[in-house]
Amino acid sequence: MCGIVGIYLKNEKLNNSLGSLLAEMLINMGSRGPDSAGFAIYNNEKGEKLKYSICINNLDYENFKKELSEYLDDADIRKNSDHVILKTKKKANDVLKILKDHFKNTSLVGYGKSIEIFKQVGSPNDVVKKFNLNKYSGTHAIGHTRMATESAITTDGSHPYSTGEDECLVHNGSLSNHNNLRRKLKKKGINFDSENDTEVAAGYISNHLANKKNLKETLNDGLRDLDGFYTFITGTRNGFAVLRDEIACKPAVIAETKDYVAIASEFQAMAHLPGVNNAKIFEPEPGVVYSWGS
Amino acid sequence: MELDLKKLKLRNVNDTLQNLDRKKNERDFTIINPEGNHAVCAGLNKEMNVTIKGHVGYYCAGMNQKANITIEGNVGTGVAENMMSGKVHVKGNASQSAGATAHGGLLIIDGDASSRCGISMKGVDIVVKGSVGHMSGFMSQSGNLIVCGDAGEALGDSLYETNIYIRGKVKSLGADCIEKKMDKKHLNKLKKFLKDAEIKNFKAESFKRYGSARKLYNFKIDNSY
Repeated sequence: MCGIVGIYLKNEKLNNSLGSLLAEMLINMGSRGPDSAGFAIYNNEKGEKLKYSICINNLDYENFKKELSEYLDDADIRKNSDHVILKTKKKANDVLKILKDHFKNTSLVGYGKSIEIFKQVGSPNDVVKKFNLNKYSGTHAIGHTRMATESAITTDGSHPYSTGEDECLVHNGSLSNHNNLRRKLKKKGINFDSENDTEVAAGYISNHLANKKNLKETLNDGLRDLDGFYTFITGTRNGFAVLRDEIACKPAVIAETKDYVAIASEFQAMAHLPGVNNAKIFEPEPGVVYSWGS
Repeated sequence: MELDLKKLKLRNVNDTLQNLDRKKNERDFTIINPEGNHAVCAGLNKEMNVTIKGHVGYYCAGMNQKANITIEGNVGTGVAENMMSGKVHVKGNASQSAGATAHGGLLIIDGDASSRCGISMKGVDIVVKGSVGHMSGFMSQSGNLIVCGDAGEALGDSLYETNIYIRGKVKSLGADCIEKKMDKKHLNKLKKFLKDAEIKNFKAESFKRYGSARKLYNFKIDNSY
C-alpha cells in the first residue's frame, strides 16, 4: 500500500514550521505504511559545502567521527539518532569513494547542497520522533510510509531514494520492469544499493537529469519507460513534481493555497494544514506531470 | 443534531446514525470536522437528512439505503459505493470509482468525478455536473450515467445495459460501447434527471446517448474482439 506525502512552501513565513507540518502528514499516513518511514528536507543552505546524509547503523558515533576525520580533514559532522550529516568541501566523487572503501557498515542515504534525508524501519510515529522532524525548517519536503511488498523491510529498502545530488524520490506502487531497467542503467554507470524497484526509478530520473533533461521532460519519458503502478513525488533542489501512471490505481490528492502546495495519498493526511478547507483540492490526472519550482 | 468528528469517534457517529432512536423524532443531522475520515455515513438504512460539512475520505455513504446525504466538500474513492436507495449529493469533486456497483438511488456530483465513475453500476442513477475520468461506466450493468462535461478514455468499456448520456466530448469509447439514437422516451427520462439534479442551463437535446452494441456479452462464436 504505502503512503506518500509532500509539501512545497510558497510563503517563506511557513519555513520554520515545515518539519512539524510534514511530521503530522507522515504520522497520519502510518495507516498506509506501518513498516518504515523516511523523509527528505530541503533547506536551501548557502555556501559551497555538500551535505551527506549517512546512516551509521550500529556503529559507535565517536569512533566513526574519529576515523572519518582521518580521511577528511575539514569534516563537519552532526549526529541525529543513527544518522549523521557530514559537511565537507571535498569533491563528491572522493567522498563517495572514501565512504564506500572504508565505511562498509554505513549507508549513504543521499547528498547535496540542500537535501537532508532520514529513513529507518519502524512505525512512522517512532521514526518522526527519533529524528525530531518537528524541529526542522526548510523550503520543501517529501516523505514516505512503507508497507513492504516487493523487497525486505530494511533501511536500504525504505524511501526516499536518492541517486543524484539533491534529488530524491518516493513511490507508492510497484514497477514490473525494474530488473531490466536496472541492468541497462548499471551499464551507464549508475550504482544501486538494493533490490528495490523504486531505487531503479530514482536512478532512471538521475540519469536523465544528468543528461541535461529537465524534470518535466524526464518524467514524461518515464511514462514511456517505467512499466507498473505508481504515484511518484520527486524532489529537486528548487522544486518538486508529481506523476501518476496512466491507469492511476494509486491514489493522490493535491491541495494548493497561496502559501503552499501539498500532496498526499489521502486527504486526511492534509486535514491539519493551515487553511486547507479553502484550498484548491484536486486529484492529479493520470499520465500528467505536475511540477512546482524548478 | 450536530456531530463533531473532532470530539466523537467515527465509530460512534456511524453507530448513532445506523441505529436511530425511533422514540425520538430526530431525523436531521450535521457532521462537522470530517477531516478526510473514511467510511463516514456508511451503512445508513433509515430515512434521514445528513449534511457533512467538509472533505471526506474513502467510501463515504457506502451501502446507503433511504438516507439523504449531502457532502459540502470533496469525497475520496468510492463515494456511495453499493448504494441501494436514497440520495447522495457531493458539492465538490469526487475521486475514483464514484457510485461503484451501486444498485439504486441517486448520486449527484456537482464537480468532476475522476476515473472509473459508475464502474459496475447495477441500477443507480449518477449525475455528474462536471467531467468524468477514464474507464467510466466500465462493465456497468444497468441504471443511468449522465455527464454534463467530458468523458475520458474508454467510456463504457464492456458495458451491459446502462444508458450513458454525455454532453461534452468523449475521448474514446471502450469495447462494445457505441453512440445510440436518442428517442423521445430517452429525452423525457433525461429531462427528469436534469430536473432532479436542478440543472437548468443545459437542455436534454444537447446530450448524446451511448450504450452497448450487445456484441460482447452475447456469446458469438465468431466474435472478433
